[in-house]
Amino acid sequence: MRHDLFFDVAHLLAGGLVLMSFLMLYQDRLYALINVFAGHAIVLTLSVAWQAYVQDAPHLYVTAFIALGFKAIIIPIALHRIVERLGIHREIETVLNIGLTMLGGIGLVALSVVVMLRVAPGGDPLAREDLAFALSVVLLGLLMMVSRRNAVSQVIGFMSLENGLILAATGAKGMPLVVEISVAFSVLIAFIVIGIFLFRIRERFDTVDIQALDSFRGEIE
Amino acid sequence: MDLIQPLIVQGAQMFLALALAPALIGFVRKVKAQLLRRRGPPILQPYRDLIRLLRKDVVLADNASWLFRAAPYMVFAGTWVAAALVPTFASGLMFSWSADLVAIIALLGSARFFLALAGLDVGTSFGGIGSSREVMIASLAEPALIVIVFTMALLAGSTQLSTIASFMASNDVGIRISLGMALIALLIVALAENARIPVDNPATHLELTMVHEAMVLEYSGRHLALMEFAAWLQLLLYLSLIGCMFAPWGLTTASTNPGGYLVGLAAYILKLIAGGMVLGLFEVVIAKMRVFRVPEFVGVALMLALLATLLRYVSSSQ
Repeated sequence: MRHDLFFDVAHLLAGGLVLMSFLMLYQDRLYALINVFAGHAIVLTLSVAWQAYVQDAPHLYVTAFIALGFKAIIIPIALHRIVERLGIHREIETVLNIGLTMLGGIGLVALSVVVMLRVAPGGDPLAREDLAFALSVVLLGLLMMVSRRNAVSQVIGFMSLENGLILAATGAKGMPLVVEISVAFSVLIAFIVIGIFLFRIRERFDTVDIQALDSFRGEIE
Repeated sequence: MDLIQPLIVQGAQMFLALALAPALIGFVRKVKAQLLRRRGPPILQPYRDLIRLLRKDVVLADNASWLFRAAPYMVFAGTWVAAALVPTFASGLMFSWSADLVAIIALLGSARFFLALAGLDVGTSFGGIGSSREVMIASLAEPALIVIVFTMALLAGSTQLSTIASFMASNDVGIRISLGMALIALLIVALAENARIPVDNPATHLELTMVHEAMVLEYSGRHLALMEFAAWLQLLLYLSLIGCMFAPWGLTTASTNPGGYLVGLAAYILKLIAGGMVLGLFEVVIAKMRVFRVPEFVGVALMLALLATLLRYVSSSQ
């Protein structure tokens, strides 16, 4: 019974993370997208903290704390500022039909579930399902990156992809803390680099719409 | 005696749905008015509206066919039967073998079919646009509802509401992500099907936004009374459905003493009050959506329901 409760709550939180990924795909305004991303990070924090409690692994609390501090507070605030300074907070993006994107997302979730159930039939169900959910979050982050034209939302897609990686790492027992901290810092550095790039792109092309780059390269006449 | 008592309880359930539906809509309106710091009409106002409409003469368009006159009765009958099948205060009643979710969806679907035909019948542009929008919303909401039913049936092992309710009330449910997603999807479908605020505004006659009101615009007198009553019954049906699937506490089973029925009734009325308050609050804080945005909103319900089914398979291993 006690194990069932552990299992159910872990399942609930990991599923909630997948749900938040879908909510991010649904948003078409940047501020709403950033807020949902903060929610994504909070769910990740809860999930990691629950794993720390279940596995009795104190170093996972550090991971949860990093997720909360960096991804739920610092990065969303910084993104809000960037969007404000770029003056693109009113932009609505329509790249692909949202319904089609959602359907594609469901296909990706189905794919990751099928893959995980096939690959690890005899594994520990908790770890296996965590991996299935983590794989879906990663794939949904990739989908977000390919389906958006705005550079800021591509950054958010990248960050949510990284949340999926953390979820996978906490599900598998024995991931060293050093690796997690270095991943967290590399993401932060990537964020800074991308942030600088955003301003460079804007300076050069007067927009952060990635399609402008394509036309500059002569791919779209 | 074996036959009479279950029949009386079943009949009580049917007429309870009929008696409470106007009060529920009056209560929701009252909550909304109070939240907007208006006094609002009394809770009993919908009953008075019904009586007033029943007393008035029917004004028919010259080119209205028999279908236009028959539709209110068909819509009302379909909705009432569906509403009477959903367990309100007690499950496992006499007709509970027919209280199948698929049957309820089919009854509601045929009621909607007649409603859409009636909107088209007179040939005014409002009726036509209302019908086309209603069908557009329904074409997404109904598959979502069916997939929700599918998920619940996979979990509970049956599409019968009594079985699902007793399964959900038992202890071996646990916290499941599929159930949460199915609940959110069902809430979205309920908002869309009952023409509540993010999808349709039940309080306006502004031609650009209305869906349900546009279809019943040509009706008057007792026909309008039946159409309105059917819409109220449908709201009660969805609240009872959510109550009996996701909050089956206090639901009594058939063969208990009369005291058990009273407890079930009190729990049911509490659930309706809670549901009405949540609905009123939600409608006050959210804005009406553009019609073109509605398919995305209802599409989310379909997506969530599909996801719930998928995730059900992930957890099937335990």
